[in-house]
Amino acid sequence: MFDWLEHMAQWLVFDVFGMNPEDHLAQALEFFIYDSIKILLLLFIVVFLMGIVNSYFPIDRVKNYLSRKKLYGMEYVMASLFGVVTPFCSCSSVPLFIGFVRGGIPLGVTFAFLVTSPLVNEVAIGLFIGLFGVNTTILYVMSGVLLGTISGLILQKLKLEKYLTPWVKEVLANAERDQERFATEKQPFKQRLPIIWKEALKILKGVLPYVVIGIAIGGLMHGYIPEGFFEKYMDKDNLFAVPMATILAVPMYSNASGILPIVQVLVAKGIPLGTAIAFMMGVVGLSLPEAMLLKKVMTLKLIGIFFGVVMLCIIVSGYLFNIIL
Amino acid sequence: MKHTIQILGTGCPKCQNLTNVVKDVVVENQLDASIEKVEDIVDIMKFNVMITPALVVDGNVVIKGRVPSKEEVLALLQ
Repeated sequence: MFDWLEHMAQWLVFDVFGMNPEDHLAQALEFFIYDSIKILLLLFIVVFLMGIVNSYFPIDRVKNYLSRKKLYGMEYVMASLFGVVTPFCSCSSVPLFIGFVRGGIPLGVTFAFLVTSPLVNEVAIGLFIGLFGVNTTILYVMSGVLLGTISGLILQKLKLEKYLTPWVKEVLANAERDQERFATEKQPFKQRLPIIWKEALKILKGVLPYVVIGIAIGGLMHGYIPEGFFEKYMDKDNLFAVPMATILAVPMYSNASGILPIVQVLVAKGIPLGTAIAFMMGVVGLSLPEAMLLKKVMTLKLIGIFFGVVMLCIIVSGYLFNIIL
Repeated sequence: MKHTIQILGTGCPKCQNLTNVVKDVVVENQLDASIEKVEDIVDIMKFNVMITPALVVDGNVVIKGRVPSKEEVLALLQ
C-alpha cells in the first residue's frame, strides 16, 4: 500500500541528496522520511474519519442518548464506545463529568466514558495503525473499550456518590433525565466537510512535532539498542514487569503521539507487547494533571479509588495481552 | 449593536487561542463588544456546556469544543 512512498523516499535520499545507499546514515534518513510521512498520512485519514463520526454524534447527543434510554446494562459499553469517537481533552473532563451527572447518568457509566475517551482516541488509533498494523490496533481498541466498561461496572458497584464534592452532590440531587430527543443540527454534509477538514489539519499540526521527534528518537534507539536487549530484564515470565510498567507510567503525562513511536521500538527490541501496552495505557489514560482537575468534582479518596481500579484493570489487561500474544 | 462576548474555559491552551482569535477580530474590525472570560467551572456549567472552550455571544452558546477561524467569529458577530 505504501510502496510508492518507499520509492519516493529512496529517490529523495539517494538520487536528490546523492547519498550512498550503503551508508548507514542514508538508510536511517530514508527510513525516517518514509516512516514519518506514512504515519502522518494514516493519522490524518483516521482523524478526518473520526471527525466525520463526531460531527454526527456530538457530545450533547451522546449525553442525551445515555440519559434518555434504558439500556439494561449495555449503557456501560455504549458510554465506552462513545468515548472512542469523542475527542478528549483533559481540560474538558470536569465539564463532561458534571454534564453527565446532571443528566442523571449513573456514576459508573460516566466513569466508563472517562476511562475510554483518553485511552482510545483518534490520534492513538491513527498512530497505532501506522506503527503496529491493523490487527494490533483492533486488539488495542477492543481492550480499551472493555477496560472502560469493566472499570465503570466496578466503580458503580462501589457506590461512590458520597465521595463527590458537595457542590456536585447538589447537582446530583437535582439531576434530571433528559426527556426530549436531541435535535441535531440539520447541516448538509457539504457544509460540515470544510470544518471537519480544518479541524483534522489543526489536530495534525498540533501533534506533528511530537510524532516527528518520537519517530526520530525511536529511529536512534533502533540503531543503538541491540536486538532482544530488554528480554533479559522484561520477559514474559517476569511477573513484576506489568505492574511496574503501569505504576511508572501514571505520573508520566504525554499525549499518545509522543510515546507511541518509542513504545514501538521497545517492542521491536524485546519488551512484550502486553507490558508495553500497559505502560502506554498508564501514560495516556491516567495522569496527575487530570487528577488535579478532577479535584474540583471528586474528593481525593474518590480520585484514589478511580485511579486504583483503572490501574488494576490495566495491569490485568497487560497480563492478558502477554498470555494471548 | 453592542455585543456581550463570553469565553468559557478553565485555562487550557485552546481556551487561550480562542480568546486571542476573538480579541483580534474585535480589534481588527473595530466592533463594539465586551469580552469576558469565564473560568470558574461552576459558572461554566450554567451554560450547559460539556466541552471547552466555548464561545458565548449575547447569552447564546455559538461554538463548543473548538477554536473557530477569524472569519467564522466575524460572521457570528455581525
